[in-house]
Amino acid sequence: MTQTTAQTTDTTVNNGVNVEALLGAREALDAAPEAAQFKWRTTCEWVNGTHSRSTIGGFFGLGQEQSRGKFFTVEADHPEVFAAEDNAPTPVEIVLSGLASCLTAGVAAVAQHRGIQLHSVTATIEGDMDIQGILGIDEDVRNGFGTIRVNFDIKADASDEDIKALVAQSQKRSAVFDIVTNPTNVFVTVND
Amino acid sequence: MKTVTTVIIGAGQSGLAMSKHLADRSIDHVLLERGEVANAWRTERWDSLRLLTPNWQSRLPGYAYSGDDPDGYMAMPEVTGFLQSYADTISAPVQTGTTVTSVRQTDGGYNVGTNRGDWRCPTLVLANGACGVAAVPKVADGLPPSVRSMTPLQYRNPRELDTGTVLVVGASATGVQLAQEIQASGRQVILSVGEHVRLPRLYRGRDIKWWMDVTGVMDMHYHEVDDIRRARRVPSLQLVGTPERATLDINTLRDSGVEIVGRLAGLRDGEAMFSGSLGNQCTLADLKMNRLLDTIDEWVSANARNDEFEPPHRFEPTQVATAPRLGMDLADGGVKTVVWATGYRPDYSWLDVPVFDRKGRIRHDGGVVDAPGLYVMGLPFLRRRKSSFIDGAGDDARDLAAHLGASLHRPAA
Repeated sequence: MTQTTAQTTDTTVNNGVNVEALLGAREALDAAPEAAQFKWRTTCEWVNGTHSRSTIGGFFGLGQEQSRGKFFTVEADHPEVFAAEDNAPTPVEIVLSGLASCLTAGVAAVAQHRGIQLHSVTATIEGDMDIQGILGIDEDVRNGFGTIRVNFDIKADASDEDIKALVAQSQKRSAVFDIVTNPTNVFVTVND
Repeated sequence: MKTVTTVIIGAGQSGLAMSKHLADRSIDHVLLERGEVANAWRTERWDSLRLLTPNWQSRLPGYAYSGDDPDGYMAMPEVTGFLQSYADTISAPVQTGTTVTSVRQTDGGYNVGTNRGDWRCPTLVLANGACGVAAVPKVADGLPPSVRSMTPLQYRNPRELDTGTVLVVGASATGVQLAQEIQASGRQVILSVGEHVRLPRLYRGRDIKWWMDVTGVMDMHYHEVDDIRRARRVPSLQLVGTPERATLDINTLRDSGVEIVGRLAGLRDGEAMFSGSLGNQCTLADLKMNRLLDTIDEWVSANARNDEFEPPHRFEPTQVATAPRLGMDLADGGVKTVVWATGYRPDYSWLDVPVFDRKGRIRHDGGVVDAPGLYVMGLPFLRRRKSSFIDGAGDDARDLAAHLGASLHRPAA
């Protein structure tokens, strides 16, 4: 209700987010929803043991293939207590990083839109896991996280309430928060 | 075929307010009403429902509540009586028992087909209400046949339900009210909570609707809001009108034994899945409520009226369980009924005019529909935040009657 009162983007605030471009894209995609259909991709190669390497390059969006002209790699492994070589973070830590990164990006974007200058943002994230699930010890224990806690430490030119509202709005619009909190159909196939 | 300058479809608060303003402009018109005046209030509401707005706020052009309980909330028979009296007072030309079956564009106007003959008119006002159809989400398709599926338009009272557990989906005005009365009837309720707007019934000794009125929040014009599309989708206020003037929120429901779970995210193989976003949904609602209370406090201070009211204070934040359940097997959980309190939308199934967007919503600019001579009323934030309330019908009718009147004097394009 009061959230919808007119907000002006203060041009003196700079969080490095181009809000005008994002708002322009929103207008354009509202008129052309087919262009809003994106496909994100990664290719993962087994290296050795539990060590793997994902390569991330192009994606599909705005009606066509989008080439970045470069590739990123993300490696994953498991720590020594799992009798692994600990070459890289575990996949579940990468999921937590994805959630923290998504919420942090959202905080910056919402702050820019609301004319709030950020000075520092630190998200600390922790997920509880009972590994009796993944080890197949107890069928009643799920494989994934029981609970995930995220704590934000934010320095910004805004009241405590306004900062809390940034974080709440960021969750409301976060893709990874939605992925983690809601079910998704996952289909896995194997080539002949 | 009968001819008239303006056909108004629906004789509720919107149609009657428009009738008054058209009559004041000497524009001949007729109201086509499928039942009696205030039909939806008569026939499509649950037994215990009272208005969310206090009696003094039942104001229509040249007419207002005049009883001895201005701070009370009307039950449905009082609402229908109030609107019937208004219709009689303004001698509204209502043709009752007339169901519109089709509306087609013609040269210079519209053909309105009904079960009692056709009308032809250059101008047409859709005033048939925002709640004609219960909006049931797609996820409902996954409900097992053993569970009874019910919308608030079908619900009358808890006695009509099985004695088993009831899953109420949605925590806006309808959802929280039904959850409360079903739980009080001895049936266990599980309430699935998505986005909602939390409000106290009273603040600083006054009704929250009084504050929203006096501070100008309800009068806010659709040109003044940053994102009108978003404003039109804001869920209804989490309020109930009771003689005790009690607040009804997630905390109240939890204390009465209702189990609070997240938004219904899926239904598959007899299992319901609830979102893990409950904490944030409640935080968003608490923050939003506090922003409104800040607005109120600032208004009181700015007008130097602190002496008139109780001191400012804040309400307990919404308490969310440490681990709300994320899923349940409906059969194992004894769930016999699901009530879809997931919102409403207007019924334009008979409107054969290309004025709909890709989501099926009518395209309009403050009630002026994207077709010559066509108007719509009573939708959420149509022209003002109060547009969908009885108290909002008058101002919108005045504006739209002026637009309609001016259009009659323009030469046909």
